[in-house]
Amino acid sequence: MNMRTLVRTGTAALFFSLAALCADAQFSVPTASQPSSAFSIPQTQVIQPEALVQILQKGGAAKPLVLQVGSHVLFAQAHIPGSEYAGAGSQPEGLQILEQRVSSLSRKAPIVLYCGCCPWGRCPNVEPAFAKLREMGFTNVKVLYLADNFGADWVEKGYAVEKGR
Amino acid sequence: MKKAADTSRPHHPAASFALRRVALAAVLLTVFAAGGIAQEHTASSSLLHRQAPQFSLTDLHNRPVDLKAYRGKVVLLNFWATWCAPCQLEMPRFVAWQQQYGARGLQIVGISMDDDPALVRSLSAKLKLNYPVAMGDEKLGELYGGILGLPATYLIGRDGQVVAEYRGESDLNAMEAQIELLLDRK
Repeated sequence: MNMRTLVRTGTAALFFSLAALCADAQFSVPTASQPSSAFSIPQTQVIQPEALVQILQKGGAAKPLVLQVGSHVLFAQAHIPGSEYAGAGSQPEGLQILEQRVSSLSRKAPIVLYCGCCPWGRCPNVEPAFAKLREMGFTNVKVLYLADNFGADWVEKGYAVEKGR
Repeated sequence: MKKAADTSRPHHPAASFALRRVALAAVLLTVFAAGGIAQEHTASSSLLHRQAPQFSLTDLHNRPVDLKAYRGKVVLLNFWATWCAPCQLEMPRFVAWQQQYGARGLQIVGISMDDDPALVRSLSAKLKLNYPVAMGDEKLGELYGGILGLPATYLIGRDGQVVAEYRGESDLNAMEAQIELLLDRK
């Protein structure tokens, strides 16, 4: 490797490092309400909307308990048919509601959590709710992947919804 | 003619590489630009160019927030929530705009989609919001076509028509430019 190549490589590395830092900084704000990131949920525990729709359509013993762990106002406007509101995962009171709802269930019960308030990486609710269920010993918990929000990734895709609290 | 066209092409490998990089940059810029436009307009749904749905609420200080009372002003109607991180990125800019453009006829109105008004009061005070904030509900959300993701912001002209809708994280510079355009229209 000659000097010219070395300088070019170094410059490129510096450029990409700075770009990465800038991108990271952009997505690090705000600090006061930094949400727990849904990105920390293992991929194996994430379920896509199409897959959930198929499972719900099949019904039977595999049909999971579907819990919305975000905003009650958004839930009231539209939610997955049969799903229940179980408190905002980002708030201690919300986690208490979730805990009470599932406390009597078998730890092997299939549960799907969802929110869809914000883009996946910004959602403050699903990760704490997921962590709570894992902490309680639930082993069959999935989180519905909604890339942007419930409106764009569920309602506008034509999947069924219900209204009301 | 063919020969002239051929000689105009760069044959030097470095020049050819540079040209390819410029072309790639142009393509990327086009894609990003198209994406930005799409973000503002794909979710524009049915309210665009229609009268903004009327509502009458009270703000966090029990003062009336009646949309029709703002007729003649440019209204930026922002649906947000305390748990919405992208919302909180926008709100300091809204505070600055209310300060900067208020005298020219801009009125920002915040609608919180939170469940708990205490959290909204606390954050509103912390962010020093200088515009009215009222608590929204599912009825208001449905009136606006379903607020099923935040932030959601509507720019309403002096005549009460919805001029633009913004869903999710938006280009605030573009939003400000559009506000300025509307403010110039009397």
